Amino acid sequence: MLRFLVRRVAFGALVMLIVSLVVFILFYVASDPASSFCGRTCTPERKTQIKIVLGLNRSYPRQYLSFLNHLLHGDLGTSFVNRISVNSVIKSGLPATASLALGAAVLWLLMGIPIGITAATKPRSVRDRLATLFALVGVSLPSFVVGLMLLNLLFFQLTTHGHPWFPPSGYVGITDNPLQWARHLLLPWFTLAFITAAAYARLTRGSMLEVLGEDYIRTARAKGLRERTVIYKHGLRSALTPVITLLGIDIGTLLGGTVVTEQLFGLQGIGQSALNAVHNNDLPVVLGTVLVAAFFIVLANIVVDLLYAVLDARVRLS
Amino acid sequence: MSLSIEKSEAGADLPRPEGDVLVRLTGVVKHFPITSGVIRRKEVGRVHAVDGVDLEIRRGETLGLVGESGCGKSTLARLITGLQPVTKGSITFEGVELTKLGRRQMTPYRREIQMIFQDPYGSLNPRRRVGSIIGDPYDIHDVAAGDERKRLVQELMEVVGLNPEHYNRFPAEFSGGQRQRIGVARALALKPKLIVCDEPVSALDVSIQAQVINLLADLQKEFGLTYLFIAHDLSVVRHVSDRVAVMYLGKVGEQAEADELYGHPRHPYTGALLSAVPIPDPDRAASKRRVRLYGDVPSPINPPSGCRFHPRCPKAQDDCTTVDPLLIPAHGDPADHLTACHHPVEDGEDLALARPSISQPDPVAEAPDLPTADSLADRRTP
Amino acid sequence: MSETLVPAQPDTPVTAAAKEGAVVARTPTQLAWRRIKRDKVSLAAAVFILFVILVAIFAPVVCHIIGQSPTSQDRGDHGLTLDGVPVGPSRYHWLGTDEVGRDVLARLIYGSRISLIVGVLATAFELVIGIVVGLLAGYYSGKTDTLLSRFMDVVLSFPFILTALSIVAVTGPSLWVSIVVITFFGWSNIGRIVRGQVLSMREREFVEAARSLGAGDLRIMRKDLLPNLVGPLIVYSTLLIPVNIVSEATLSFLGLGVVPPTATWGNMLAGSADGLYRVAWWYLTFPAMALVLTTLAFNLLGDGLRDALDPRADRVLATK
Ligand SMILES: Nc1ncnc2c1ncn2[C@@H]1O[C@H](COP(=O)(O)OP(=O)(O)O)[C@@H](O)[C@H]1O
Ligand code: SF4
Ligand SMILES: [Mg+2]
Repeated sequence: MLRFLVRRVAFGALVMLIVSLVVFILFYVASDPASSFCGRTCTPERKTQIKIVLGLNRSYPRQYLSFLNHLLHGDLGTSFVNRISVNSVIKSGLPATASLALGAAVLWLLMGIPIGITAATKPRSVRDRLATLFALVGVSLPSFVVGLMLLNLLFFQLTTHGHPWFPPSGYVGITDNPLQWARHLLLPWFTLAFITAAAYARLTRGSMLEVLGEDYIRTARAKGLRERTVIYKHGLRSALTPVITLLGIDIGTLLGGTVVTEQLFGLQGIGQSALNAVHNNDLPVVLGTVLVAAFFIVLANIVVDLLYAVLDARVRLS
Repeated sequence: MSLSIEKSEAGADLPRPEGDVLVRLTGVVKHFPITSGVIRRKEVGRVHAVDGVDLEIRRGETLGLVGESGCGKSTLARLITGLQPVTKGSITFEGVELTKLGRRQMTPYRREIQMIFQDPYGSLNPRRRVGSIIGDPYDIHDVAAGDERKRLVQELMEVVGLNPEHYNRFPAEFSGGQRQRIGVARALALKPKLIVCDEPVSALDVSIQAQVINLLADLQKEFGLTYLFIAHDLSVVRHVSDRVAVMYLGKVGEQAEADELYGHPRHPYTGALLSAVPIPDPDRAASKRRVRLYGDVPSPINPPSGCRFHPRCPKAQDDCTTVDPLLIPAHGDPADHLTACHHPVEDGEDLALARPSISQPDPVAEAPDLPTADSLADRRTP
Repeated sequence: MSETLVPAQPDTPVTAAAKEGAVVARTPTQLAWRRIKRDKVSLAAAVFILFVILVAIFAPVVCHIIGQSPTSQDRGDHGLTLDGVPVGPSRYHWLGTDEVGRDVLARLIYGSRISLIVGVLATAFELVIGIVVGLLAGYYSGKTDTLLSRFMDVVLSFPFILTALSIVAVTGPSLWVSIVVITFFGWSNIGRIVRGQVLSMREREFVEAARSLGAGDLRIMRKDLLPNLVGPLIVYSTLLIPVNIVSEATLSFLGLGVVPPTATWGNMLAGSADGLYRVAWWYLTFPAMALVLTTLAFNLLGDGLRDALDPRADRVLATK
């Protein structure tokens, strides 16, 4: 187990190294950071000066090593636009992004898993077909379409009819006002959850069907256990293993920025700042966000692999 | 349509000089390493699938190779057809060493050595038409193309008893027996000298087995083929083979002319196998009792020391646990009746009464778990 | 005792040959085709997709017929109200106008071109890369496989939208950048599927048979492995196209895709998100419907194809 962990972490580190190399090449070799920094009113003198200040006059390998050195010390660089450290940009965006991702995850689990179970316990029935349809519609809906519809119906129509229940945008810290926090996040949560719940319903159905066909389930049935006990106690536990795997990876991906939803609902999260940075040509912020997002994905993969190993062992033992 | 494939018919018309060896295996070894670890693979053991086999296949004969499943028959077949490289040892074909050849140099011998596979479903690509499957050898070896290839393929189909008009069908449209005929046609396409038949009928209905065996016998007569005929079933092998070799855990325990082997089995394992074969003659059947073997087949990962049959052998003595017996003639047998046993069975000895002088695990109920198939009488098609 | 065990043979010679002839002649393709023909939903989806494709191909003709263009602004009363607000569906603009008075229907029609071009081209590129990498990884296994599989893992570790953001930050947005970005993130899915299939197929006897005949690796991949991948690949391509269409729309929506004034469904929805959804329901509803119906049609068709091509589809039925 320990060796497995060490190996996974080593591979994770390798992935991060590759990601850092790729973004370095993208931002420092394939593009011209000095010009971006210089802005529109740039003179050749100023640009040379900037190159010296930013260390861009050194060879690429040396630049990369120094870039890597900063990274290893947890320093993601400084924004070109407002000279704030990228670390603090990310830190200020994390609460909104994390609230959005985790809350949505709870919601989509609550929606997706029951639908999947219902469908699996009676395959080819009407409710299975309905569940399949729900899943297909959900998979087909882009998040911004869902978000726009929610905005139109639940914010705009309600508000113009005198029920301003949902605000259109903004983020309120959970420590400032938990109620407002939830009120502001409800629509974004649903936006994210709806499209993701569909995938979870499909996955739960598929893995549940597979598990219910296995020998030990048939044995449990043959032993005369109640159908509910068979499904919930014996079936669900192992059927949820792939769901948990996907959940870990999805949360990891979302923590790196839920660009579309944040943009749509004006939440100042990591994704929003990255998007703004792209439009402002603020390369360090974009780069820092990509690295942080990749880090979350890699981390989530490691956690999931470990969890999977533990769960799988337990399922096999029981 | 009876099983009229006594060996005398199969090969009697062909001149068969005794010493004309087509394929010779010397000390052939195939080990599969068992590794663990993802980043650095470490070998933690090896499957001794084939562990030192000496064997010769003579031109024009059918050599039967028998043994329980997992004893290394298919592996041996793959080594001879060059599908897998040997770990050690030599395989010569008409005197040419095959194991040292590169892919290019091997090509001409691919034409001479063909294989028929056990699984008539798995061995035909389900997504390709039969004509294209049978024509594959012509395509690969640039023998014929276009209409010429089609004509050749349809000829072949006729030879193996398929309707040439089914040229454009898919394998799924044929029954198991017909599919095996497709496999035979493909193996026959390049007029090879040797065909390795790896349990060609084990997957077939009993009633269809005889048809395919008869076909193989007819083709042998017509084209002067040499067969290595693999089976896990002594009764099938008996009726097709000129000579028979018995394998156990990667080694040949005994080999001889078919009648000689069945009449005077020397290796206790052969004896045990024979005692499990239903014998049509009721008098002899009564006199034969099934021999009890001890324990289960050991794992080929850690084969037993000395004679690898010793943990199960009813005649095992102390020396069997330490010294690996040589494959040599026993009890003044003919020169080509070879047995690897320190205490070979005497003619008329009742193995069922034999008791080992070393301690053995509890005997299992009835000896070998070889499927005895049904008796030949049952297999006959009406 | 033994007599009772021998099965009684019928008097009439039911020969093996006759028995063998009784096999029903059905190829996998025929079976799949029969199943899909009975599947009304898939057929409807296919018809809808065909309709969208035709509209996209003949966009100029269709626009000529309806007498509208995707880029010209209607400066008359039918384009914008006096306050500069878009006008809803009318005799002149069937699906209304957008914020500068352009015809929504014409823009939708032209937008279908972008969606389909990106959806299909990106999928095609993903297929090519995925098949090559998956075949190599699955067929050669060992070190090659480890290397390629790890490479796919690394690709999957890049966050899609953020990496797309950064690439666009460097290159600027365009149609081709969209296609490249989407391809880059999508091919590893195909690669994994192909690798898995090849891994399981590699040990099948028909591959050994080909090898024993002297077929080279390339020939085996081309003639023996590839034909068996066609089924799953059709299903996955059909399911990947809508994913890629949504990806393109998302990039457009974020202003990272095809640049306005070119009409794309994502661009139109972005205009809607800018606040227009409050005053012009048609500007939200129709592009959203076009996008969702198209992706839904592909997903329904893909789902139907999966059922039709998956031999296990029957098994599920049989166990119930
Ligand atoms: N490619 C392989 N890798 C590892 N072990 C193998 C491989 N092929 C065969 N073996 C092992 O070698 C032994 C002999 O197998 P095989 O030759 O197929 O036996 P048979 O054909 O007599 O049933 C078995 O224990 C089998 O598990
Ligand atoms: S050598 Fe010994 S153990 Fe081996 S077969 Fe002969 S008697 Fe049995
Ligand atoms: Mg075998």
